[in-house]
Amino acid sequence: MEFHTLSSPHTKRVNRVDKVMLQVVLALIPGITAMIFYFGWGVLINVVLAILSAVAFEAMVIRLRKRPVMPVLFDLSAVVTALLFAVAIPPLLPWWLVVMGMAFAIIMVKQMYGGLGYNPFNPAMAAYVLLLISYPVEMTSWMPPYLLAEHHLTLSQILAFKISGILPGELTLDAITMATPLDQMRTNLDLNRMISEIRQSPLWGDFGGLGWEWIGNWFLMGGIWMVYKRTITWQIPLAFLTGLVSMATIFWLYDAEGFPFPLFHVFSGGVILGAFFIATDPVTACTTRAGQLIYGAAIGVLVYLIRTWGGYPDAVAFAVLLMNMAAPTIDYYTRPRTYGHGEVKSE
Amino acid sequence: MSDITYRNLIVDGLWHNNQALVALLGLCPLLAVSNTAINGLGLGLATTAVLVASNTTVSLIRNFVRPEVRLPVFVLVIASFVTAIELGMNAYFHELHKILGIFIPLIVTNCIIIGRAEAFASKNNLRRSLVDGISIGIGFTLVLLVLGGMRELVGQGTLFDQAHLMFGEAARGFTLKIENFRGMLVAILPPGAFIGLGLLIMVKNLIDKRIAGRAMAKTEYAEEIRGLAS
Repeated sequence: MEFHTLSSPHTKRVNRVDKVMLQVVLALIPGITAMIFYFGWGVLINVVLAILSAVAFEAMVIRLRKRPVMPVLFDLSAVVTALLFAVAIPPLLPWWLVVMGMAFAIIMVKQMYGGLGYNPFNPAMAAYVLLLISYPVEMTSWMPPYLLAEHHLTLSQILAFKISGILPGELTLDAITMATPLDQMRTNLDLNRMISEIRQSPLWGDFGGLGWEWIGNWFLMGGIWMVYKRTITWQIPLAFLTGLVSMATIFWLYDAEGFPFPLFHVFSGGVILGAFFIATDPVTACTTRAGQLIYGAAIGVLVYLIRTWGGYPDAVAFAVLLMNMAAPTIDYYTRPRTYGHGEVKSE
Repeated sequence: MSDITYRNLIVDGLWHNNQALVALLGLCPLLAVSNTAINGLGLGLATTAVLVASNTTVSLIRNFVRPEVRLPVFVLVIASFVTAIELGMNAYFHELHKILGIFIPLIVTNCIIIGRAEAFASKNNLRRSLVDGISIGIGFTLVLLVLGGMRELVGQGTLFDQAHLMFGEAARGFTLKIENFRGMLVAILPPGAFIGLGLLIMVKNLIDKRIAGRAMAKTEYAEEIRGLAS
């Protein structure tokens, strides 16, 4: 798809779907590399498996819809969906759950609504939520980051586990998995522990969980590069982070021992990834600039609310899906004034 | 209206005018209780019983009720039957009644029943209304049963679980179970109902399209033959 500039200014910037998607893929590479470093080969297997199955399902559906297959495959949108899904799921997730997630994302969430550009919900996040609701145990069994792990599995051991569920030797699943920092914080707060007490444990780094918090930085790098390249606008990530931080600050100032400090929220779970890569999906997000600010801020506030009082430890996927639903309405009420005309009258 | 044959009434109720798949009426109970095949069947049969009873009654009194007050009268008729069915189920299918809970009294608000009373039974004679009630009711029950079966199978890997609630102790053996199957919980939860119904509607539309395509091909073929002959 090519967007031609008809009116002045004529400064040309070719903006094609495949180019934008390629930039997103490139921007994801530092974060994914960091995840492979901290969480091992499982992440890489997830990435490869997700990409292969996403592309296969996409090709299958396009063929069934009797449309040319190649242009759709080379716009890379399925690859981006696969990558975002692969970094959101735990490295030890059984292989068939990865494939099932991609089948749901590509067939039901994306192509059944008409394909790229027509899907109201973010496919990667919808698939993540489907699996999280259906298989909560598998979807929350994360390995501890490399620095904390007692057992390091080799590539072949991880492959064997993902295919058949068999662990080497005496190891049990409980021995190689660990609650995520967000989970830890929540369970401990539910037990009425104070935050200063909770943070005595060696699991914690400067802001979030040891290891976990740095992954956020690597995704942040890619995100800032995308803002610089104008692949995404700055409005959504900024509003997202501002919404989250301001909610967290209010509650933290009210009770610093009962509510984690704001940066804990920013560097835990999928916030950085969500702010720069997921909430900014051009298809499902708001398109007007003012709308993007509202949309982002609302996601930030929702993430805080769901994390603090909801039923699941992390909330980025839920918040993004909820705001996907609201995006068309926000766009409707924030249409910019057309040059030379008065205020837009809603008809 | 008199040109509708009974055959048409039955085919319409079961397929072309299936209230759940085409008119999309009565979705609230349809989506809420279709988490197992037996629940779906139970509610479907209760709805069918109410529908048949209300259709016949409305048809019998259609010439005595003034049009100004017809809707309250219909509601009154339906409500009395629902109360009777509810008490009956509580007496004879107590466990099932407990599971279906509020959705049995809520049959009174099911738009299918008032819809058929208003659109059909109040304008047609007794026999037609009876046939219409039965075929519409069975069409609705079948959708509930299929959707319930689908969700049960995907969600917990069983089919006709708790069949004894409906068919007595001897039916315990009806239950089919896939061993070592970890269900997809989402199918039992509300999103599963929406996705499942969407898939059923898709399948129905696909079949209709197939049939229409085949009919088209047949006429084209016939025309071709005619063209060759002339």
